[in-house]
Amino acid sequence: MKARLRLIVVLAGLVIALLLPRLGVPTFYVSLLTQTWIFAIVAMSLDFLIGFTGLVNFSQAALFGVGAYAVAIGATKFHVTAFVPVVALGIVSAVATAAIFGLVALRSEGVGFIIITIALNEIVWGLAYQWVSVSGGDNGITGIVRPPVGPFDVSANTGYYYVCLAFFAISLLLLMLIVRSPFGLVLKGVRETPRRMRALGYNVWLYRYLAMMISAAFAGVAGVLFAWYNQFVGPVALSLDQSTQILIMVILGGIGTLYGQLFGAFVVVFLSNELSAVTQRWEMVLGVVYFIVVMYAPGGLVVLVPRLWARLRGRRASLVPSEPLLATSGGVANAPAEAAEEP
Amino acid sequence: MTILRQAQDDIAAGDGVCLALEGVSKRFGSLSVLEDVSLKIRPGERCGIIGPNGAGKSTLFNIVAGELPCTRGSVRFLGRDVTRLSAHARARRGLARTFQTTTLFPRLTVIENIVLALQAGSAERFAMLAPRGRYRARDDEARALLDRVGLARHAESPVDALGYGDKRQIEILLALAQKPKLLLLDEPTAGLAPADASLVTEMLKRERGGVTMVLIEHDMGVVFDVVERLTVLHHGRVVADGPLDAIRGDAQVQEIYLGGKL
Repeated sequence: MKARLRLIVVLAGLVIALLLPRLGVPTFYVSLLTQTWIFAIVAMSLDFLIGFTGLVNFSQAALFGVGAYAVAIGATKFHVTAFVPVVALGIVSAVATAAIFGLVALRSEGVGFIIITIALNEIVWGLAYQWVSVSGGDNGITGIVRPPVGPFDVSANTGYYYVCLAFFAISLLLLMLIVRSPFGLVLKGVRETPRRMRALGYNVWLYRYLAMMISAAFAGVAGVLFAWYNQFVGPVALSLDQSTQILIMVILGGIGTLYGQLFGAFVVVFLSNELSAVTQRWEMVLGVVYFIVVMYAPGGLVVLVPRLWARLRGRRASLVPSEPLLATSGGVANAPAEAAEEP
Repeated sequence: MTILRQAQDDIAAGDGVCLALEGVSKRFGSLSVLEDVSLKIRPGERCGIIGPNGAGKSTLFNIVAGELPCTRGSVRFLGRDVTRLSAHARARRGLARTFQTTTLFPRLTVIENIVLALQAGSAERFAMLAPRGRYRARDDEARALLDRVGLARHAESPVDALGYGDKRQIEILLALAQKPKLLLLDEPTAGLAPADASLVTEMLKRERGGVTMVLIEHDMGVVFDVVERLTVLHHGRVVADGPLDAIRGDAQVQEIYLGGKL
């Protein structure tokens, strides 16, 4: 019953997502939704690391940006412009970057790992900013053209919307599959108690390394889509600010939920675009939203949906996200016990 | 069948010695925790290590398991020098351990905890694109293990929701699921109420035929129930080592560890 309800919700969401551009939604909002799909992919890639492997990676924007720059440099220097080769190039570049990052950052754990990834992100940003002959420096690289996808011309916004939606759906599906696989269970074990994993015979380093590269593949895809979306790449795409924003999406959406990242990306994309038209201080509003979510819905926005649903049906919300938040294991763990006490 | 034969080969290669420590010393800065510890454990033996707090028992376990490097000396396991091998490599060779403070996967279900121990050596741990439901045999195996200690009813609960006594049993069950050739037990009954402690003791007694065990324990009742040989550590040195009865009567041991008669 619950599984069927979930299927209905997913299908309904998909139908709405498919119909939106056809329902007379203004082009501006179609673009914002396109951005939402793109950022949801990169946010999911980070959620995969934080929520399922226990690695808080601050260099996700660097991987995202490397994917984006791969499109631009591939087109301007090597004349790689066809759809499939460019996507492949973006994935390979991001994964290769993560392979190097992993060698450096995984020498430490916890806070040390976070600090090293911040430094790595800054290095890549510095390269993009200063290696003018390759990256165009502060001016970035313009004139990126969206190639046709098979027989479809996606140069218009509506067509491109569907490309990004498809990539989002495929990414979500793949990540959910990985998370539910035996390999995914190993990652959760690494997240929970690396010491015991070693005692059981698992090479903890190797699994973290593999997880970083898997995550980078999705970040790279999102980067490719972002470059095509803007038809431009600049150093802002791989700045530390960008990394932080991706992290905020993950926390807003709900760590360890994957699909929750859709909500996180939606809120950040729409707030940044709608509010920046009104005030330059839109980030203050984002800060307030962030604060409220962390205080009152620490599981992320995604837990609010079933909670409201339960309230509508007159039941007290006794709600546990399927993969609870990293930092609140105590609080979340008590929830099932409470639920069990109810008659 | 093949697993058993493998174990016999390994033991033959080890000249009838399962674990051999030679001159193992450990210093933390100027603090000497272990001083020239040598110890041989034969296959099938059940050896207890006792000693006052700070004697170096847990450090010794961490060195044998590969979590800490030793300052001097060597560790041989099943005839091979494993002194420089990582903890996970030693575990793959058949060394399992439990921890003094419960070290499980709190937010995973009980069955997932056991499955992690079971699939550690198999290729399926790298299977990424098939849901775990595809590997039902693994879950059945885990359930059978849980059944042996009467915890099958908790299979789907997160470990965090279990009582302390149940957690301590699962702590040991995880190590048993590794099908180890040597099992290191670090105070398995620490902090348990007598009823729960006897459950754990029963569990260890059931397994004692099959596996070589080294047991750190403060509860003498448990020690006398489970082991047949005792090694006494004091200030990082082995001060006595021999059959249970001989150690029980050893005056020096009674003085330093027990402060009186046993």
